[in-house]
Amino acid sequence: MVKRKKGLSKREIEHIAWLARIQLSKKEVNLFTHQLNDILTYFAKIDEVDTEDIPPAYHVLDLVNVLRKDEVKPSLEETFQTVPQTKGRFVKAPRMT
Amino acid sequence: MPNYLELSAYEIVEKVKAHELRVEDYIASLYERIGKIEKEIHAYITLTKELALKKAREIDKRIKKREKVGKLCGVGIAVKDNMCTKGIRTTCASHMLEDFFPPYDATVVERIYDEDSVMIGKMNMDEFAMGSSTEHSYFGPTHNPCDLRMVPGGSSGGSAAAVASSMATLALGSDTGGSIRCPASFCSTVGLKPTYGLVSRYGLIAYANSLEQIGPITKDVRDCALLLSCIAGHDPLDSTSVNKPQEDYMKYLIDDVDEVNIGVPCELFGEGTQEHVAKSVWDAVSKLEGLGAGYEEISLKSLHYALPAYYIIAMSESSSNLARYDGLRYGYRVPDKSYDWSTVFSKNRRLGFGFEVKRRIILGTFALSAGYYDEYYLKAQKIRTLIKRDFETAFEKFDVLVGPTLPVLPFRIGEKVEDPLEMYMCDVDTVPANLTGIPSISIPCGFSKGLPIGLQIMAPPFREDLLFRVAFTFQKNFGFARLKDYE
Repeated sequence: MVKRKKGLSKREIEHIAWLARIQLSKKEVNLFTHQLNDILTYFAKIDEVDTEDIPPAYHVLDLVNVLRKDEVKPSLEETFQTVPQTKGRFVKAPRMT
Repeated sequence: MPNYLELSAYEIVEKVKAHELRVEDYIASLYERIGKIEKEIHAYITLTKELALKKAREIDKRIKKREKVGKLCGVGIAVKDNMCTKGIRTTCASHMLEDFFPPYDATVVERIYDEDSVMIGKMNMDEFAMGSSTEHSYFGPTHNPCDLRMVPGGSSGGSAAAVASSMATLALGSDTGGSIRCPASFCSTVGLKPTYGLVSRYGLIAYANSLEQIGPITKDVRDCALLLSCIAGHDPLDSTSVNKPQEDYMKYLIDDVDEVNIGVPCELFGEGTQEHVAKSVWDAVSKLEGLGAGYEEISLKSLHYALPAYYIIAMSESSSNLARYDGLRYGYRVPDKSYDWSTVFSKNRRLGFGFEVKRRIILGTFALSAGYYDEYYLKAQKIRTLIKRDFETAFEKFDVLVGPTLPVLPFRIGEKVEDPLEMYMCDVDTVPANLTGIPSISIPCGFSKGLPIGLQIMAPPFREDLLFRVAFTFQKNFGFARLKDYE
């Protein structure tokens, strides 16, 4: 476990935003650096709790492996109508580099 | 305003079935009222007037022919704009989905249509349901009908404001950390977050899947039971939907709290709780005691950590859920042609999302990133276990737990929006029910300075019956606080 001593720097915020594929303006970087560090300082409150042998609760229900029969059902052909840019029957995407 | 606009859904259905009220007249007068006051409240993003009037006329014809009609026959309902409606714009109050017309209906929408309700429009909310004030809407804030200078709460602020101002008779909201109960409390209406898994989330635009549920916002407890009876039930299209037989919740509207054991966790009256709020809630507890309920003050230590644990989990889930908004298959897409994949993706998201959504995605991405996962996400999920255990122990002794819905009165528009952390603090009393999946209802219990206060009641999983019993008894014996009684 990496223990964070200092808050997140502007560079780190920009890096995380890039990982999330959100371009930020200079103004947003400044604003977020301040706000997100405030929030993280508050989150540090959870360090007080001893959770050594406690299992995580990913889910509140006891449902396990909800499966259905592998039967073909009609697909939603209309979903294609929502695509902003198309070419023929294809979704048009930017080039990968 | 015609008197019937103030009627509950239950009363509207009775009048329609008894041929005393034409659905078309009633629906038309809802739109007249919207025409008069909506510009001051801004509860709606999209109005569906033509469709609604057409549906109203169809129902009138069927009533005339004495055909079978549904449980919500003719009732005008407002639907939060994060539930998909086929062919009707569904924006999530985001620029990203400003022009999104879903190709299918959410299961809840199908169900309310099947019961012959009439959808009035799609409701304003915080963008992607992230917020507690409905100020984070791309389309601008909703105003609280009780005091137009104040926020209506959030994120289902449009839904609650419309019911409170009789611009709709019923509403659907969604609750990830309090988003039904908070606006219900701030607008002096009834709001229920059902047990996780009771109501299908198919077609609900996801924010934090393990926490959210769809539920009713209504004028009274009876309407709340009526609407829940229509929307609850198993749906194979939602793998977290619980396979239980459908229930008629109306049978739990029992005026009796004799020997009901109420636990009052002192953590729900923690630092930051306004005095008037605490007093009003304690008055409500005394009133219930006067009717035969027993109460005891208790302590659930883990609740001190509920808010940070909730936000870490919600943000982490949102960062993963909202990754789908790349602008390729649907949503906002920048016109530029000359950029590569990642740049287009990042630009779409820069321009398509508002500040609060970006903040949560970025923090969620951080909380899930290598090296920090254990420190934040995993730790928060462990705290969730502790909170769940604390509630299970409390429910061995108590039937219900009560406290304030919010620690504060409705605040001014603009007051907290610049300080995200202060806004998050509003959710301190509502998030435990989402972390544990238990049902929770907010009912009006008083006013202070002309602003409403909500009483929150929580019960063990799938014990909505207890919530209805206690809430109904309170409403029946004391009525719901009306502003004029306090002035």
